Amino acid sequence: MSKESKAQEFQERIDNGETIEPKDWMPERYQKQLIRMMSQHAHSEVVGMLPEGNWITRAPSLRRKMILLSKVQDEAGHGLYLYSATETLGASRQEVLDDLLNGRAKYSSIFNYPTLSWADVAVIGWLVDGAAIINQTMLARSSYGPYSRAMVRICKEESFHKKQGYEMVAQMADGTPEQQEMIQDAVDRWWWPTLMMFGPHDEDSPNSAELIKWGVKSKTNDELRQSFVDRHVQEAHAVGLEIPDPDLEYNEETEHWEFGEIDWDEFWNVVRGNGPMNKERMKTRREAHENGKWVRKAAEEYARKQRLQKEKAS
Amino acid sequence: MTKTDEKESKDTQWPLWEVFTQPRDGKPHEHAGNVHAPDAEMALENARDVYARRKEAVNIWVVPSDQIVASKGEDAGPFFDPADDKPYRHPQFYSVPRVSKRRK
Amino acid sequence: MSTQTKTLTKKEALFEYLVRLADDRLILGHRLSEWCGHGPILEEDIALANVALDYIGHAASLYEYAVEIEGEDRHRDDLVYFRNDVEFKNLKLTELPKGDFGFTIARQFLFASFSYFLYTELSEVEDEQFAGMVKKHLKEVKYHLRHSREWVLRLGDGTEESHERIQDSIDDVWTYVGELFYQDEVDEILQEHNLAADTETFKEEWKELVVDTLEEATLEVPDFDQFMVEGSRQGLHTEHLGHLLAEMQHLRRSYPDGNWQ
Ligand SMILES: [Fe+2]
Ligand SMILES: [Fe+2]
Repeated sequence: MSKESKAQEFQERIDNGETIEPKDWMPERYQKQLIRMMSQHAHSEVVGMLPEGNWITRAPSLRRKMILLSKVQDEAGHGLYLYSATETLGASRQEVLDDLLNGRAKYSSIFNYPTLSWADVAVIGWLVDGAAIINQTMLARSSYGPYSRAMVRICKEESFHKKQGYEMVAQMADGTPEQQEMIQDAVDRWWWPTLMMFGPHDEDSPNSAELIKWGVKSKTNDELRQSFVDRHVQEAHAVGLEIPDPDLEYNEETEHWEFGEIDWDEFWNVVRGNGPMNKERMKTRREAHENGKWVRKAAEEYARKQRLQKEKAS
Repeated sequence: MTKTDEKESKDTQWPLWEVFTQPRDGKPHEHAGNVHAPDAEMALENARDVYARRKEAVNIWVVPSDQIVASKGEDAGPFFDPADDKPYRHPQFYSVPRVSKRRK
Repeated sequence: MSTQTKTLTKKEALFEYLVRLADDRLILGHRLSEWCGHGPILEEDIALANVALDYIGHAASLYEYAVEIEGEDRHRDDLVYFRNDVEFKNLKLTELPKGDFGFTIARQFLFASFSYFLYTELSEVEDEQFAGMVKKHLKEVKYHLRHSREWVLRLGDGTEESHERIQDSIDDVWTYVGELFYQDEVDEILQEHNLAADTETFKEEWKELVVDTLEEATLEVPDFDQFMVEGSRQGLHTEHLGHLLAEMQHLRRSYPDGNWQ
């Protein structure tokens, strides 16, 4: 079969809503795009452990400490599921990690912002995980089997993440004046960066159309962003918090919340590595990797010795 | 899977193992995902920590490229049965304000 | 024998005993939680966080029972966030900085192996609530032993570097392990009512497990009769605990009136 007819057959499978599995034929570009997108997603989960991990040792109650630790641990699990799914496309974890540590790969810019107070932990759970759920619920229907299955698993855990965050947001918003001030300040700092998580406008997002054609995504960046805003504005108002956007207005006709323009200069600046925490996040990841080298090596050497011993014995 | 023998001096992320978890007694094992591990014991431990954190499994298989390694029966208790006292891992644990969808 | 002049009541002794157990687990859990996001490989990051969560969970149950026994309407968090350094009764072993992965594993193995025997004994105490809690946690304690023991083998009999690192850690931490078996009036009062374990009854078995493991890992076993530090159960700590508590408690103490549950 010629390449063109294969490609055509592939597109038909996608259009019929079939799931593509690792051993199936796929266009090289489909594979490449998926590797890029999935490994980026995996890196985001792992780097995403750091801002919240920053508060584990300072959590203000035992209950919150356990919740936060298990949440951050879940994010490690998400990274792991996603690296695994990426490996089914022939990209080993080693290679994609290398790309991250050498600065060739990207991860979500949201994690390049610092967590300055405990309220940030609450707001990250509510807004950042809330945004992740919206994106990931869509990806759970993605055309690539391993990706969509990883997403199904992850989405289950994300609902715990968002709920614990929103619960805490509500408590603080209903708390002492200091707590209220702290939580509003966190919302003010995280609202806009969270909106940026959905990426550039559709017309500035060259990958979007292709990913939609291939059934990897089913909604555009702007559509996802809109459903995020609709949902979270309601939730903010329900607990008496303000959204730091003077242009925010409900449109009775469309039944959507209209919102102001994102500061795209800031967006691109952080993407290019000039966010408040880019360098530190990468330094931390590199250090963990370097410090773990002797451990990984020791376990391999032990396994090798054990195999040799077994071979000798038999 | 790369044989570690051939590239022992290189830093790796350890070989890959497929993980199969059995959700309940009497149910068949299902593919859960995979883990990296230097050997079978570590693959089992890692699979437990990654794929059974919420009691999702009573038994685990880990499979390198060419052989299946099943967990031993004696592990059934402590290994797969972390104490059932982490309700905070489940969303039902939280009470949050209800937001009713705004209508016209 | 204790030198205290005032004799404790059974209730006071049980409160103290539960708090000692809880403090050990809280502080060690805190140290392990510092690995979250910094582990040697993703899988191990998750494993260490699991163990940390187990310990903090065990501590939470123990504190909760302690304040119930005390009956003064205190919350478990009062014990965690509003006691000072000298009021903490955890073993110095648990508060030492996390060190490298080798140190973490060395301490983890020595503590987990001890806890395994301790919890096995405690699951038989004549107090339904206490014994039930211990039985539930024993499953996890067994896993901690398995996880740390397997790592001792791999680091000990791995590369030259790993062998050296874990040997150094075992040697460094050794002076802190004698205290694991410390007993005083608190233990004696409770033992009379079968409410506490007698650590003497499993000391030899524990040594055997430690020796077997270290030997299998091709490591030297330090001298069990060397100088061992004391005083933790009286609140005499290393300088590390103060810093740990400052970090752990500052937020809660800064805003004591807020709801942080
Ligand atoms: Fe996640
Ligand atoms: Fe999450």
